Amino acid sequence: MAGNLQKEINKIKKNILSLGSMAEDRFKKAVHALKTNDTTLAREIIASDVEIDELEVEVEEECLKILALYQPVAIDLRFLIVVVKINNDLERVADLAANIARRIKTVSGTGTGQYRYDYAPMAEKTGLMLKMSLDALVGMDADMADRVILMDKEVNEMRNQAYDAMKTAILKAPEQVGQTINLYLISRHMERIGDHATNIAEEVIHLIRGKIVRHGI
Amino acid sequence: MESSTKMHTKGLDFYYNDAQALYDISLEFPQNRVTALIGPSGCGKSTFLRCLNRMNDLIPKTRAKGEIMLENMDVFDPALDVVSLRRRVGMVFQKPNPFPKTIFENIAYGMRVNGVRDKALIAERVETSLRQAAIWEEVKDRLNESALGLSGGQQQRLCIARALAVEPEVLLMDEPASALDPIATQKIEELIISLSKALTIIIVTHNMQQAARVSDITAFFYMGKLIEVNNTDTLFTKPELKQTEDYITGRFG
Repeated sequence: MAGNLQKEINKIKKNILSLGSMAEDRFKKAVHALKTNDTTLAREIIASDVEIDELEVEVEEECLKILALYQPVAIDLRFLIVVVKINNDLERVADLAANIARRIKTVSGTGTGQYRYDYAPMAEKTGLMLKMSLDALVGMDADMADRVILMDKEVNEMRNQAYDAMKTAILKAPEQVGQTINLYLISRHMERIGDHATNIAEEVIHLIRGKIVRHGI
Repeated sequence: MESSTKMHTKGLDFYYNDAQALYDISLEFPQNRVTALIGPSGCGKSTFLRCLNRMNDLIPKTRAKGEIMLENMDVFDPALDVVSLRRRVGMVFQKPNPFPKTIFENIAYGMRVNGVRDKALIAERVETSLRQAAIWEEVKDRLNESALGLSGGQQQRLCIARALAVEPEVLLMDEPASALDPIATQKIEELIISLSKALTIIIVTHNMQQAARVSDITAFFYMGKLIEVNNTDTLFTKPELKQTEDYITGRFG
């Protein structure tokens, strides 16, 4: 029986890692589309979100099945609970990547005097958090997960900088307020992706150390 | 809530002939708590359980070393009356073993052996014990029928009632539900939890989910040694030792 349980768990591991790389891929593409004003790529990202939704549902159903059939304990139980949570976080990351893609059309106007904001540093930092949180999961590396949690503040600060910059921009060019607000919302989406990477890191720590570290407890 | 120690062992070794079956077992059993003993077959958990009321005395060429205390009473005291020890530390076995007598006599027998002659008292105690064992409603109209006509689950609850009739302080249970179907098992498990309000219970079980459901404390034995003892919640979610984790998750061996 234990052999079957391990087989099922290995299958879940494979699926959650696929979901992780899909979510990471969507975010990278969204950042690229933003940088290059590529509305075709943006549409692709939005259209392909359904694949991630389907895999998320599949992973959750598999977890429920294993819980019911094998009543796992200890590391196996923690792994499945953690997967259910990470599964949800990854689906949200992909949604947020799609949200960034949705704003590209509005903010990509080429009119003279349109306000631009360089999101490259924030995208790089957020992408790194996401990558490290998934690497921590693959390598069962709690120290790496600790570092992800520390990076969350930096991303939050970048969101605040974007907010201040947009506020000034709106005051300077109030007629472009709609576009500028949409541009600001991209920083919100990235910051939320950082939050989900932090959640994943916290779950990895729970899995490895058996200690729940959410809410600064 | 803290609970005082009802029974404990200290440095307990046990031998069948020259083969050592238990090594240096020190374990405390808190009052009104259920302690589960788990481990693979042959790990010594049943041997250990039988040491606690000296049931192993019945097996020739066995010997024990170390200390077992029931409160202030030394269980290995040569002057100890073993019958009185077994009255205080009762036992329920894996297979229900009712006497080939009536339901009533099965319960009354232990009291009679212990010198109770008052018929009204015996009748009262029979009812109380059957109620405590959650079987009264099923047998109250057929107390004079043979106990062998009961189902397996009912027979096991009858045996629990029989053990309770002499008002033990500690109840040892050696896989009490392993021969029963899931419904009867559930009844026994509910019974264990409700009995622990009045008794200290020590249960050997091969069913780990059962240990997780009924016990407050779980002790994991392997090859005659006590490997880990912990709160049941902790042991089944975050055991301290890898060896425990490997056993409870089935990665063993």
